[in-house]
Amino acid sequence: MRWIRRNLVVIAGLLTLAYMILPNIVVMVFSFNKPNGRFNYSWQRFSLDAWKDPCGVADMCESLSLSLQLAAWATVGALVLGTMIAFALVRYRFRARGAINSLIFLPMAMPEVVMAASLLTLFLNMGIELGFWTVLIAHIMFCLSFVVTAVKARVMSMDPRLEEAARDLYAGPVQTFLRVTLPIAAPGIAAGALLAFALSFDDFIITNFNAGSTVTFPMFVWGSAQRGTPVQINVIGTAMFVLAVLMVVAGQIITNRRKKTATA
Amino acid sequence: MTDNNTGGDVRLTGISKAYGSFTAVHPLDLTVPQGSFFALLGASGCGKTTTLRMIAGLEDPSTGTIFLGDKDVTDLPPYKRPVNTVFQSYALFPHMDISENIAFGLRRRGIKSVKKQVDDMLELVQLGDKAHHKPHQLSGGQQQRVAVARALINHPQVLLLDEPLGALDLKLRRQMQLELKRIQTEVGITFVHVTHDQEEAMTMADQVAVMNGGRVEQLGAPADLYENPQTTFVANFLGTSNLIEAEVLETGSSGGDVLVTAGGGKLRVPGARCTSAVRQGGKVLVGVRPEKISLAHADDAGSIADGRNRVTGRIADSSFIGVSTQYVVNSPAGAELQVYEQNIERDTRLVPGAEVVLHWNPAHTFGLDAAQDIDAGVETVEDAG
Repeated sequence: MRWIRRNLVVIAGLLTLAYMILPNIVVMVFSFNKPNGRFNYSWQRFSLDAWKDPCGVADMCESLSLSLQLAAWATVGALVLGTMIAFALVRYRFRARGAINSLIFLPMAMPEVVMAASLLTLFLNMGIELGFWTVLIAHIMFCLSFVVTAVKARVMSMDPRLEEAARDLYAGPVQTFLRVTLPIAAPGIAAGALLAFALSFDDFIITNFNAGSTVTFPMFVWGSAQRGTPVQINVIGTAMFVLAVLMVVAGQIITNRRKKTATA
Repeated sequence: MTDNNTGGDVRLTGISKAYGSFTAVHPLDLTVPQGSFFALLGASGCGKTTTLRMIAGLEDPSTGTIFLGDKDVTDLPPYKRPVNTVFQSYALFPHMDISENIAFGLRRRGIKSVKKQVDDMLELVQLGDKAHHKPHQLSGGQQQRVAVARALINHPQVLLLDEPLGALDLKLRRQMQLELKRIQTEVGITFVHVTHDQEEAMTMADQVAVMNGGRVEQLGAPADLYENPQTTFVANFLGTSNLIEAEVLETGSSGGDVLVTAGGGKLRVPGARCTSAVRQGGKVLVGVRPEKISLAHADDAGSIADGRNRVTGRIADSSFIGVSTQYVVNSPAGAELQVYEQNIERDTRLVPGAEVVLHWNPAHTFGLDAAQDIDAGVETVEDAG
């Protein structure tokens, strides 16, 4: 009893962790499955078939590549706009600043399905052909609020004197931005970028409404789930998961090493 | 840096700054001689930092012009002015190490080989072993020195210091005052130093401009300001002054003493030390510094030399602070007069409640215009320290 009481926090933590990781483990394990029939829902036997031929399913890798491109462009678009908005909101006093500050959160608060339907109405009324561009516009729109939030938090903690110091030390406006403002805001911008990329890559509802005949990876998975789930979907999922974990670990190692060399 | 000895003065003519309806700095003219250590002294909100920022180019003046030597720099952006600033918060770049911070100005001007100069600068501020540390790994005093080095490496015509010692504790502040003074003497660059600490201004500066409410109240060498304050603000803000309201009895001959009366007693003020014209029956504020006054017990009143100004009173409070004892004396001439007595021969009768005579050489008395706030510049509890 005493042992349990003493380690309660650790146990609770491990249980929570398991709760979060278990679905990912299942995805991973089933990427090595060789199912009977079209559905990959029950374990049969170990096989590397899907890993050897990840693009073996018709149209899947095309949709994956499309989703990656969409996520990349949506991230770039949201970053450029979002960073500028964040700086404007923190650094300048102008009319309707308060209103914009709250309106920026609207896409986060609005039910996604409502926004998706409204966007579709808008695009149809304007006579815009649905496809890559409509999806990209939609993605930039909802990623924007997350980027603004992340960058704003960083900019708020930045001392404006640093930029004054740079200007005082012979750096013109461009140099000041590149040498001082941007490097210091970088962690906020990076956080915004990761969020935007993940949200865009992941999005199904808004994309599904506004994609027309284009098929993104989430749409492909949804579509195939009606007819059968190829093991390759798990392969892609596992690869993404491993990649994300590796990136986080690498980031940790780099920061730790930097700290160590700095104190040495 | 210019070779011409008079060509490097900082000249402000008619400089002012208004934010909407609030005037931070009223039109002022100021000349900072080249190579001098110049202090802008005043309480917070007096316009001293705004003035400094206008010299740096970080603030655009509403009116007036700024000259560096013969060059009008009023419309130049900060990065085109041969002026560098040490900020109150130091504003070191957190993502660069110390040597990169110091090299920043040189690199921006396209100078490639900076190593030698950076090393020399680190040597000057005695931080040679910290070159590859990040700013947050240094103590406040060390960061402060980096900020100075980062500005000085550019050999500016003028170095601006905005309350650079404000964030340091007292002991470190004293040490850095001497350090900054040493550096200034060594490099010979004009320093313009903004501070609210009158002791700091007097210790370090050759010239002090006392600012109040967006105006320069008085400008001069520290000793001159201290001995000859022209306004009650300067008299109270720089050190402590006893100001006594008095009425003029005799204006005396030109240059002679003015005879005044306060609380029933008569006092002499040198006519030359009265800031405003005195006329018979008019009012004047008579001032004397606490350390100029001697204290005698009332029983010894007879032994006080003739010709000295005298005020009788009763000791209200006394505090022993080692080198001196500070007395507060209430008298008919004025309440709470301050007296600082050196602890040479302590008179044990001088305790609270004792009847005493305050006496001093009339030459140490100054007269101020009575038409001003007698308590202007008195440090209140909120903005003390």
